[in-house]
Amino acid sequence: MEIKIDENGYYGEFGGAYIPELLHPNIEELKNNYLKISQEPEFIEEFKALLKDYVGRPTPLYLAKRLSEKHGAKIYLKREDLNHTGAHKINNAIGQALLAKRLGKKKIIAETGAGQHGVATATACALLDLPCKVFMGEVDMERQKPNVERMKILGAEVIPATSGSRTLKDATNEAMRYWINNPDDTHYIIGSVVGPHPFPDMVTRFQSVISEEMMAQLQEQEGTNAPDYVVACVGGGSNAAGAFYHYLNNEKVKLVAVEAAGHGLDSGETAATTARGSAGVLHGFKTLLMQSEDGQVTEPYSISAGLDYPGIGPLHAHLYASKRGIFKYVTDKEAMDAGVELSKLEGIIPAVETAHALAALDQFEFKKDDIVVVNLSGRGDKDLQTYINFGNY
Amino acid sequence: MKNRIEHIFQQKDKEKLTIYFTAGYPNLNDTKTILKALDKADVDVIEIGMPYSDPLADGPTIQQSSMKALDNGMNLNTLFDQLADLRKITDKPVFIMGYCNNVLKYGTEKFCQKCAEVGVDGLILPDMPMHEFKLQFKPIFEKYNLKNVFLITPKTSEERIREVDAQEGGFIYMVSSSSTTGGSWGDSPERLDYLKRIQAMNLKTPRMVGFGISDHEALSMVNEYADGGIIGSAFIKALDGDDLEGSIEGFVNMVRN
Repeated sequence: MEIKIDENGYYGEFGGAYIPELLHPNIEELKNNYLKISQEPEFIEEFKALLKDYVGRPTPLYLAKRLSEKHGAKIYLKREDLNHTGAHKINNAIGQALLAKRLGKKKIIAETGAGQHGVATATACALLDLPCKVFMGEVDMERQKPNVERMKILGAEVIPATSGSRTLKDATNEAMRYWINNPDDTHYIIGSVVGPHPFPDMVTRFQSVISEEMMAQLQEQEGTNAPDYVVACVGGGSNAAGAFYHYLNNEKVKLVAVEAAGHGLDSGETAATTARGSAGVLHGFKTLLMQSEDGQVTEPYSISAGLDYPGIGPLHAHLYASKRGIFKYVTDKEAMDAGVELSKLEGIIPAVETAHALAALDQFEFKKDDIVVVNLSGRGDKDLQTYINFGNY
Repeated sequence: MKNRIEHIFQQKDKEKLTIYFTAGYPNLNDTKTILKALDKADVDVIEIGMPYSDPLADGPTIQQSSMKALDNGMNLNTLFDQLADLRKITDKPVFIMGYCNNVLKYGTEKFCQKCAEVGVDGLILPDMPMHEFKLQFKPIFEKYNLKNVFLITPKTSEERIREVDAQEGGFIYMVSSSSTTGGSWGDSPERLDYLKRIQAMNLKTPRMVGFGISDHEALSMVNEYADGGIIGSAFIKALDGDDLEGSIEGFVNMVRN
């Protein structure tokens, strides 16, 4: 089985472009140009130079000795937390901002949940001199105040999404509505591997620098370019898509996607889409979705603002349906404990999102020679208050 | 068998008016009352909005009416129950407008069958891709004699408009400008160009213009260049929960005259 996207933007049965006609010209323009532009040598050169000198790539692949001892395997951490702005999100934000400029767009909009994508987009826009509006749910603005202030300092306008449950889903709705009303000069930088085709593929490609580097680094450090496991947390799934990309069709590599179980899979307060969702359409694509029997999208729950999205990228939905991916579920408490544990064992405070991926390691029985790479998608500075409130350290 | 919408456009007596309302708003059981009042009023086509939690193409008025309808307890089974007597209430063409996810979750075939049973004439699903429709859904719609109305905007290419025309969806829903529903009207040379441009294409499918029409002046303008106008947000704003019939009659008279 080969994992790849088809010409209509489908991974298996998931993906596509279920968009109002109003967005059709924008999406067509993007679809017709994203591959062409992003494969031009000048684009690649500019993108790579910014990733190296501005973002700080390649990020290290660090053998976490004490964590390895605990789990009885070689546990490597792909240090996306060391990127400028503190998470992997900057890879995609810079890629899309460069692309938007080449498409002749003058303004940028974005949505954000935890704020990391908003900060990354605001940063890329400051760097490339593009005015930027970031839509953020009112509830998330309260949960992630430091990131709201960072975006403002960077010159972005943060627009509260006040409809629905006032979280990421609604911020995405508002951003799409804004795009419908301002189609000509505006590009929408979607932050995850979600949305209508070509967004999932485009974001995956911009994030695939993660697995590309991983291959070279493993080759150097272990004499093989492929680990036994790649583990990553999944909300929409962009860090996971980037970490999995070059291994999608190498079936010796187990791809582990970790979703937020919230208060537990059976608690009614969870964001574990693959466990509790069903096929549906949201934000312009077909995927697995948390929804009522009547097809109304329901509100997920997670302690992590970055993981409580009611859907999942179409690539991940396909990895789940085809069984190519291994899906694990981690509760708030398990994640917070794993975050504190990494802090004490390795001196790295991870983002609460990333802590979910770390917690999933407890659900495996590794062999001592197993090479496991955990994608450390972001750092925990933004989450200090959440750690403090949880009080488990 | 002819679909009711085809009869409407064969009658050349006057310009056509379509009214949209959200099922379950302002109160859960207002659907029949509104249908009866619209049947009595000078309205040609009725659009029933199927409330959805994430209505991307809609502006604040329809969003809020959808949220209220969902809070009131509206769901598809209730809607179909309320529409069981539809054809005793009105013989006007009736379309259901909503988003793909509700239809897919309900089951497309089951949904279409229910529509046919109660006498609905077609669907308007703004996020239904033409490619998917042709590939998966068209045979089901045809089996139940349902039209699928496609939208076009000022930015839709001529090639795509011809493709929409070829689908024979009962009518073409011309979105008046690049906006969500309920936007402002006002003078717009671009809109006038668009109306004239599409009129000059001599399409075989009738054209109705929607989004932003709220009064007689705007309706009169679209009637010059298209087969009629569609009003949603302004109608919803005008609904008076204490006097539904009166407010509906008053609104339709206002836009007609």
